[in-house]
Amino acid sequence: MAEQKIDLRNLKAGGFIKERGKDLFTVRLRVPGGRLSVDRLAKIAAVAQKYGKGYVHLSVRQSIELINVNFADFDAVVAELGEEQQKVASCGARVRVPTACGGCEYNPNGLVDTQKSALEVDEKLFGTATGHHKFKVCFAGCPFDCPKSAINDVGFQGAVWPSLDADACIGCGLCAKSCTEGALAMADGKPVFDAKKCIYCGDCIKVCPTSAWSAAKKGYTVRIGGKWGRRPLIGTLYATFVPEERVVDFIAAVLAWYQEKAEGAGRVRLGDIIIREGWQSLLNHLSRDFADFVVAETTAPQVIVNQIPLPGQA
Amino acid sequence: MQTIDLRGVTCPTNFVMAKLELEDIEAGTTVEFLLDDGEPVKNVPRSLKDDGHKLLGLKEQDGYYTLLLEKGAD
Repeated sequence: MAEQKIDLRNLKAGGFIKERGKDLFTVRLRVPGGRLSVDRLAKIAAVAQKYGKGYVHLSVRQSIELINVNFADFDAVVAELGEEQQKVASCGARVRVPTACGGCEYNPNGLVDTQKSALEVDEKLFGTATGHHKFKVCFAGCPFDCPKSAINDVGFQGAVWPSLDADACIGCGLCAKSCTEGALAMADGKPVFDAKKCIYCGDCIKVCPTSAWSAAKKGYTVRIGGKWGRRPLIGTLYATFVPEERVVDFIAAVLAWYQEKAEGAGRVRLGDIIIREGWQSLLNHLSRDFADFVVAETTAPQVIVNQIPLPGQA
Repeated sequence: MQTIDLRGVTCPTNFVMAKLELEDIEAGTTVEFLLDDGEPVKNVPRSLKDDGHKLLGLKEQDGYYTLLLEKGAD
């Protein structure tokens, strides 16, 4: 065997992606939640300058990709990025780097700490082989859902359940005015809550002058089975108010079901396995450890008709 | 009582104008803001609450809103 020019262990999780040119690769970096320190950013810039093409690409999933890196430089690139704890990401049939919005620390809409969740999932599940296909997770801090949770294999959306202390309410009507969903209306000077319309955004809590509205429950709304690509699917609802500290376990439970049920199916995403096996199977599996949070019933992932191939095309 | 008319001003300019007006007002003073329906009445009260002011009430009249507020301490 020829003398090895590079450390092949660096390639294990993927993240080095073949380009068109001979010997050239894209190096995808691991940036969970899309947040990185300015020092790390400066290090990445220096490495890109030294080994790359003179530009980088911001991937759709919040990563920075170094372009035109010669494979002979892999070890040096890994070592120099490591000086600022910057790691290389993954590709292939693995748990990918989770994406997340800015979260609740500075974004006024954020209800949960999505950055913390993304870091935790990245630390504990990143690179786990699924045996079948890629596995994407994202964290949205509120129902605005900028990270698009429903097109991830498991998508989390921050949520709060509002509860009113009627004695503290001054009847100002700001909550009813703030409620975009029509779940609150004023009657006889007091807000009336229609729970069926609430999407857990917490706008009533945020605007309430006297803190009469407060969060009785907080956590994540979870949708499963989404993806984009050639055959898009929209993930559907499996659980509500999953506590932040149960997120890793929840994903692990979904992964275990996928690893088992997709056995022999080849390169098939979770959503298509749910369609094949039936949503009841996954819901039952999740009920074992997450009975307090799973919904009574859901639907299969929703197929998005993308109109190609053209109907009637010869 | 001072009335600050923010009608016809869009977000976030209305909020920044409200902040500037409040700079010249003493803490504990009650003022009223006139706000358009839609985004302004949804956003401005919440942002002013975040800044530490006390919201006292909201009234609708002729298609716009009057927000009553007590200036908070700095």
